Amino acid sequence: MLQIILGAVMLGLLWSIMTIGVYITYRILGIADLTVEGSIAMGAAIAAQAIYCGINPYAATLLALGGGMAAGLITGLLHTRLKIPALLSGILTMIALYSVNLRILGKANLSLLRMDTVYTAFKDMGLDKIAVFVNLGISQLIPIIALGLICVLGIIGILYWFFGTETGCAVRATGDNPQMSRAQGINTNNMIILGLIISNGLVAVSGALIAQQQNFADVQMGIGSIVIGLASVIIGEVLFGKRSFFSRLISLVLGAITYRVIIAFVLEIGMPANDLKLFTAITVAIALALPVFKSYLRPIAKSVKGGM
Amino acid sequence: MLSVRGVYKTFNAGTVNEKTALRNINLTLEEGDFVTLIGGNGSGKSTLLNCIAGVHAVDEGSIIIENVEVTRLSEYKRAELLGRVFQDPMVGTAANMGIEENLALAYRRGKKRGLKWGITHKERELYKELLKPLDLGLENRLGVKVGLLSGGQRQALTLLMATLRKPKLLLLDEHTAALDPKTAAKVLELTDKFIKESRLTTLMVTHNMRDAIRYGNRLIMMHDGSILLDIKGETKQQLTVEDLLQRFGKASGEQFANDRALLS
Repeated sequence: MLQIILGAVMLGLLWSIMTIGVYITYRILGIADLTVEGSIAMGAAIAAQAIYCGINPYAATLLALGGGMAAGLITGLLHTRLKIPALLSGILTMIALYSVNLRILGKANLSLLRMDTVYTAFKDMGLDKIAVFVNLGISQLIPIIALGLICVLGIIGILYWFFGTETGCAVRATGDNPQMSRAQGINTNNMIILGLIISNGLVAVSGALIAQQQNFADVQMGIGSIVIGLASVIIGEVLFGKRSFFSRLISLVLGAITYRVIIAFVLEIGMPANDLKLFTAITVAIALALPVFKSYLRPIAKSVKGGM
Repeated sequence: MLSVRGVYKTFNAGTVNEKTALRNINLTLEEGDFVTLIGGNGSGKSTLLNCIAGVHAVDEGSIIIENVEVTRLSEYKRAELLGRVFQDPMVGTAANMGIEENLALAYRRGKKRGLKWGITHKERELYKELLKPLDLGLENRLGVKVGLLSGGQRQALTLLMATLRKPKLLLLDEHTAALDPKTAAKVLELTDKFIKESRLTTLMVTHNMRDAIRYGNRLIMMHDGSILLDIKGETKQQLTVEDLLQRFGKASGEQFANDRALLS
């Protein structure tokens, strides 16, 4: 049981970086950016191929970051310079990235078995040999969780700082009210592009870390990832609140972890893995429809209260 | 201060919906002018304001603000020279950001935005001082999200934001039209106070003839995309609604048909 939960925590941590990326476009910029389906696989592909070619895994992860940022830039340019609607711009980049990712990998998937990954250094430090963890059967998870935690906390710190700066405030204002932002001298087009760059960079890093954890990169791994990201964002908001920006960032991580725990649980009680995406889609649809349900329920709740 | 030369603007040119909104507009504002701009629906008054602000590109002509040719400048670049308040109170502020954050955005209008903190402690004190005279109690609610404020409060805040960095030209687009009469009167008083205190060159669109007459030192009436009347100085001071209607009839050969303007 502990193994299952910690496994879910580990996956949730790695996916939470992607969740934060989705949050930046979906909540801060108000754009549903489908680029992420391509950039998460791109991050995995770049990192895997680079490691396979003998590049240092940390450098490989940084390369993945660069690739994701470039993908975000393309979507941003399509949207702001060529005036293609945001949703369509994301879809175009996503589809294009499928071919690009195949080129990077050279085939549909690439194994990293017996290669050094970013987690190797943590294993070498002996984190996986601590007796307590070995006895509990979770020793393989600990190095990954440790590195995942460091990455997530670092990213949260950087983003918390960035969105408090003049430029960060301008990005937030652009998503909130573009008309007002232009009237205050903000180049809204550039802020949208910047937001997409940061978001897709994070998503690609997430993809790179996931690929190194599962020891392979697959060109298909992005399919449905936007829905997973949205599910995590919404679960985080519903369960852990959305007061300050800092608490929102934390709630995104907890949301991503909760999502993985839920998935682990439904798989454990016997749901076929093939039905996962259907399950996730239904969950997100219900979560997004919550305001509608609430407005139906309010009059009923009132009459119930009034009756008492 | 503002010079508009031979400006034309047509929407949906070449389609059945073609609409010429501005025909050969020529307008010069002197420094310190407070001009009220009035006209019926579709007369082109808001289009003129939006062309000056850069929301719409003009088809022909040029616009110069304080010796800067802005005709081809994008909206955000012109913002350095302009303060703007909109008709819809929701438009002028960012609803999900705090009062102080909105003010901080306005405080950096026309400045380069880098990686310094988006708001400093010193600014907070300044904002408190500036919010106090509004008499809305906002000075004690700096962190509150603007979306929680009333329409009147938001317009007052937008007005403060528009004038936080003294603009070369203040553009007010029917900024009290969406408010209830009492709040509208209060916001207008505040507007007049701000303009007088900082001697702001102002172009205020209104549909209310009384307001157009009471405020400002010059009144311009538009009709069908052209400037019909331009009344200033002594004549403007002694103007009455009846006068204005008569002058409108004489100049256009039509009856002024806008109940909203007449009844309010």
